[in-house]
Amino acid sequence: MSKGQQLLNWIDDRFPLSSMLKEHVTEYYAPKNFNFWYFFGSLAMLVLVIQIVTGIFLTMNYKPDGTLNGAGIPVAFASVEYIMRDVAGGWVIRYMHSTGASMFFVVVYLHMFRGLIYGSYKQPRELVWVFGTLIFLCLMAEAFMGYLLPWGQMSFWGAQVIVNLFASIPVIGPDLSVFIRGDFVVGDATLNRFFALHVIAVPLILLALVVAHLIALHEVGSNNPDGVEIKKLKDDKGIPLDGIPFHPYYTVKDVLGVAVFLIVFSAIVFFAPEMGGYFLEHPNFDQADPLKTPAHIAPVWYFTPFYAILRAVPSFAGTQVWGVLAMGAAVVLIAFLPWLDKSPVKSIRYRGSKFKAMLVLFIISFIGLGILGALPSTNVRTVVAQIFSVVYFAFFLAMPFYTKNDVGSTPVPTRVTMSTPARQVRFAVLVIVTLVAATLFAKFI
Amino acid sequence: MNKTIRQLIAAVALVVPAAGAFASAAGPALEKAPINVQDTESLQRGAQIFVNNCLSCHSASAMRYNRLTEIGLTEDQIKGNLMLATDKIGEQMNVAMDKKDAKVWFGAVPPDLSVIARSRGADYLYGYLRGFYRDETRPTGWNNLVFDKVGMPHILWNWQGEQVLETVKNAEGHEEHKLKLVKAGTLTKLENGKANTAEFDKRMADLTNFMVYMAEPMQVKRQQIGYMVLLFLTLLLLPLAYFLKKEYWKDVH
Repeated sequence: MSKGQQLLNWIDDRFPLSSMLKEHVTEYYAPKNFNFWYFFGSLAMLVLVIQIVTGIFLTMNYKPDGTLNGAGIPVAFASVEYIMRDVAGGWVIRYMHSTGASMFFVVVYLHMFRGLIYGSYKQPRELVWVFGTLIFLCLMAEAFMGYLLPWGQMSFWGAQVIVNLFASIPVIGPDLSVFIRGDFVVGDATLNRFFALHVIAVPLILLALVVAHLIALHEVGSNNPDGVEIKKLKDDKGIPLDGIPFHPYYTVKDVLGVAVFLIVFSAIVFFAPEMGGYFLEHPNFDQADPLKTPAHIAPVWYFTPFYAILRAVPSFAGTQVWGVLAMGAAVVLIAFLPWLDKSPVKSIRYRGSKFKAMLVLFIISFIGLGILGALPSTNVRTVVAQIFSVVYFAFFLAMPFYTKNDVGSTPVPTRVTMSTPARQVRFAVLVIVTLVAATLFAKFI
Repeated sequence: MNKTIRQLIAAVALVVPAAGAFASAAGPALEKAPINVQDTESLQRGAQIFVNNCLSCHSASAMRYNRLTEIGLTEDQIKGNLMLATDKIGEQMNVAMDKKDAKVWFGAVPPDLSVIARSRGADYLYGYLRGFYRDETRPTGWNNLVFDKVGMPHILWNWQGEQVLETVKNAEGHEEHKLKLVKAGTLTKLENGKANTAEFDKRMADLTNFMVYMAEPMQVKRQQIGYMVLLFLTLLLLPLAYFLKKEYWKDVH
């Protein structure tokens, strides 16, 4: 027996190292037909690691202090510029963190969309989906609180607007918003607690949820683009016929995904860290000033669909709480997909036209709301946002009706199918059409 | 089929650059600032104008004097020509003016200019610096085309001379505000009613250039490193990952 084997045995007698590696990596059988959409889970993990590591280094020089320094600049704002200029490599760490925040949402939105089109939330993966939705909620909280830390104008006023939403809740609202801020306006107390929550509280919950998400996934096994349960057909050794071990097959495939992702990520970090004002907003290079309200307060792009829903709901019965409730419901509803979807099949490939039509409307509405949420509102834009909001909710609330018995002409196969060139062309065309339509909408609305 | 795809790609290529256009558009149309942050001579001229004129009231507290060695100046040159307020080369560009006094004099504390170019953009600064005009209704006697009711007086008036605001109707019948030079300064000429502002504009471009550099001094280096990173990723990691995947997946059908 080699020295290495002896050491491994010594550990295995005391800690289930080999069996855990087998269970989760080398003998975790994943369907062999994963396509493009299946890169985003591992990429989300990568971005999480990037955020944690860069975040740790940022805390070494960042100061959550809203008081003014000798030059009249808030210490927090000045400490970010200190990191950008005087800390060795500070600028690349900061840009990685700010780009990582946006890219986290890019990969998570695509990851969620994958679940939506292939029915990955359906029985028996309901808990995988619920944990995932909780991760998304945590991520929103994490991003929101992190955005306050640079203590620029958008940090300050964005936090002011969002915390004020809680004030619209009847009876307890005003006290609740003071409780959240720790002050009557967003101030040093708010900055300090958001820092604490951003660097330790929420990340701890996030990590725990990621572990739960993966344990639940590995318990039931991965879904796939055909929505076929590969565990139904096994060979005489008990290995799924359509399954391949996660390692080495998907580890090497994910490395390819990582390489492509890093190219995009680095292109942004090194050549367009502001991303035209969408990843780092221009007004956030003005220090926070409680006495100067910016003309147009827009949240960062990843919150804009929900912000548009908030603005679209008119106030009635003397309160604006309805918009706040609608925004909350828009996020919470996602968690209920497993029970709203009554379709007998999982994947969009074998669903009928009703689901496909609703999905197209949903995509249009979601992207449309995202664009509208970034723009100042006008009468026309408000009406369009209201229509999109109705479609957004209809997609979820009407789902039990339109998914019932909605199956396509092709029956679900017993074995998984591999990708074909025709499918890839169709996919590319759909992506291009979506991008062109979104751009045209953004330009002319 | 092929033709359709080509047309689609062409449509994307045409439309995508326009995506940035919906960010925000308010105020008068701004002229593109003719700047280049790799032009160190322009940056040096801009730095000179900045410390001689702006730095009396505005701080740039995130910027250290010795950082100017990056734009080709030696420490002795910086000490001899640019450091008026301090004698320590590692010092930040602070300002001695008391903030309470400043508030009384100008109605607002002159903002710190360290990252102003990142909040307003180069074109705004270039327009602002050249946008002062005579307005007797203002306490200072000056107003600005891109920043209405500005508190700051036109400190470079002896360079630029005096402009006035003219309201003209354009071809479509809409009212347009334009600035007209009525009195030449030391850097502008007025011959037979025709203004020549090239020299002044050039200095303001230098100043804008310097402020853009100052807002992110590492920007040139950032891109240089970026090319190396992208080369590594595309020429080494990507092909390696691609062939590794291909090799491992040979037996999956």
